[in-house]
Amino acid sequence: MTNSPVYIIDTGLANIGSVARMIQKIGGAAHICNNPNAIGSNGKIVLPGVGHYDHGMEALNKHGFDAEFWDEVIKRDVPVLGICLGMQLLCRSSEEGTSHGLGLIKADVKKFRFAQEENLKVPHMGWNIVEPGVENPLIPNLETEQRFYFVHTYKVVPDDDNIVIGWANYGGVFCAAFQQKNIFGAQFHPEKSHQFGIELFSRFIAL
Amino acid sequence: MLKNRVIPALLLKGGGLVKTTKFKDPKYVGDPINAIKIFNEKQVDELMVLDITASKEGREPNYGLIEQFAGECFMPLAYGGGIKTVEQAKRLFASGVEKVCLQTAALDNPALVTALADRFGSQSVMVSIDIKKDWLRNPQVYSASRAKVIGTNWLDLLHQLIEAGAGEVLLNAVDKDGTLSGPDLDLIQKASKAVEVPLIAVGGISSLEDIKAAINVGASGVAAGAFFVYFGPHRAVLITYPKYEELEKLLKTE
Repeated sequence: MTNSPVYIIDTGLANIGSVARMIQKIGGAAHICNNPNAIGSNGKIVLPGVGHYDHGMEALNKHGFDAEFWDEVIKRDVPVLGICLGMQLLCRSSEEGTSHGLGLIKADVKKFRFAQEENLKVPHMGWNIVEPGVENPLIPNLETEQRFYFVHTYKVVPDDDNIVIGWANYGGVFCAAFQQKNIFGAQFHPEKSHQFGIELFSRFIAL
Repeated sequence: MLKNRVIPALLLKGGGLVKTTKFKDPKYVGDPINAIKIFNEKQVDELMVLDITASKEGREPNYGLIEQFAGECFMPLAYGGGIKTVEQAKRLFASGVEKVCLQTAALDNPALVTALADRFGSQSVMVSIDIKKDWLRNPQVYSASRAKVIGTNWLDLLHQLIEAGAGEVLLNAVDKDGTLSGPDLDLIQKASKAVEVPLIAVGGISSLEDIKAAINVGASGVAAGAFFVYFGPHRAVLITYPKYEELEKLLKTE
């Protein structure tokens, strides 16, 4: 296992403690950080988040995690994992708010909508199976099923299904995880998903 | 598809874990950190810790202890007991809790439910409703911290709190608590028909079949105390949780 630092972006919006604890549990070096200047290009970045889309974008901008910062991240090929709202912020826009997202991923975020007779509750909350999508380093094709804990009202809809590395089904299949080069996103909470989350973080750290 | 959740509900009193019967007679069942470690190893779907004396004593949550609990949980953790303000809830979320569970404060001040839902999202706000049946077997709302029935119509109260922003309902059948005599299926069915948000049923669960029965009548999840901490006819304390494969087989939808 490599010990390159994992920088967890803390803009006051997420339960970063549980992400840090899981990374430490697997022997990673977790650094909680709210200042882009504290992030070295030798490490990896986790962008967690819960709450409203516009608040998420506002908090990122306020702390200086702006377009310029993300340009550098792309240029230097720093692995990034966005979790839940963090994943959604990597996209272009969300029906939840009016703010532009970071736009690193060609995808929009849309609300779950179900016909009444489907009797499906929103938010989608609880454990669900994630089926691997295109070949990728985080969600491998295993014989055993991989399940994760989800809590969300909005889902990511990519332009191109070829970036989807994990599919889940809730009244239809949707993108549970994506990858575009060094940028990864997970709609579920690996930090709250027992061994499945531990394995996913271990693979991320090993990148 | 989304799986139904099976949730150990642990009762905290004076820093120790206890189990009650019909909300009375708390018996010490062990050290909470040790129990939580075991439940974490058993990969439970979710865990719920309720401090049953905080509101009664007008006390705040024991943040230090709760932070230790969260540190042992690689699954979602819900906490209830003594929460009266947005600031207190914020402190709990910062210490690693996913959901807060309100009863006394929700009954006194539904505006707090709204304030929490606005700030942290309704998925993180659970309300707990305790129901006691009267002599005609009609459901009555019971206030656990005041140990008495209050006059509000239970379905009106459910609607009011969900309208206020509660994202989940914990429905507790007081007469079933700790009895291992099976869930109140009639109550669960009525409640689940009345609400749109996920309903977690607790009270009386004694077997896997009970869990399945509660889910069949509409519960999104089932919580249990005695079933997960007692073993055998003499109620020896032993922490158990069904294997994932067992639950999978049990709850598979045809």
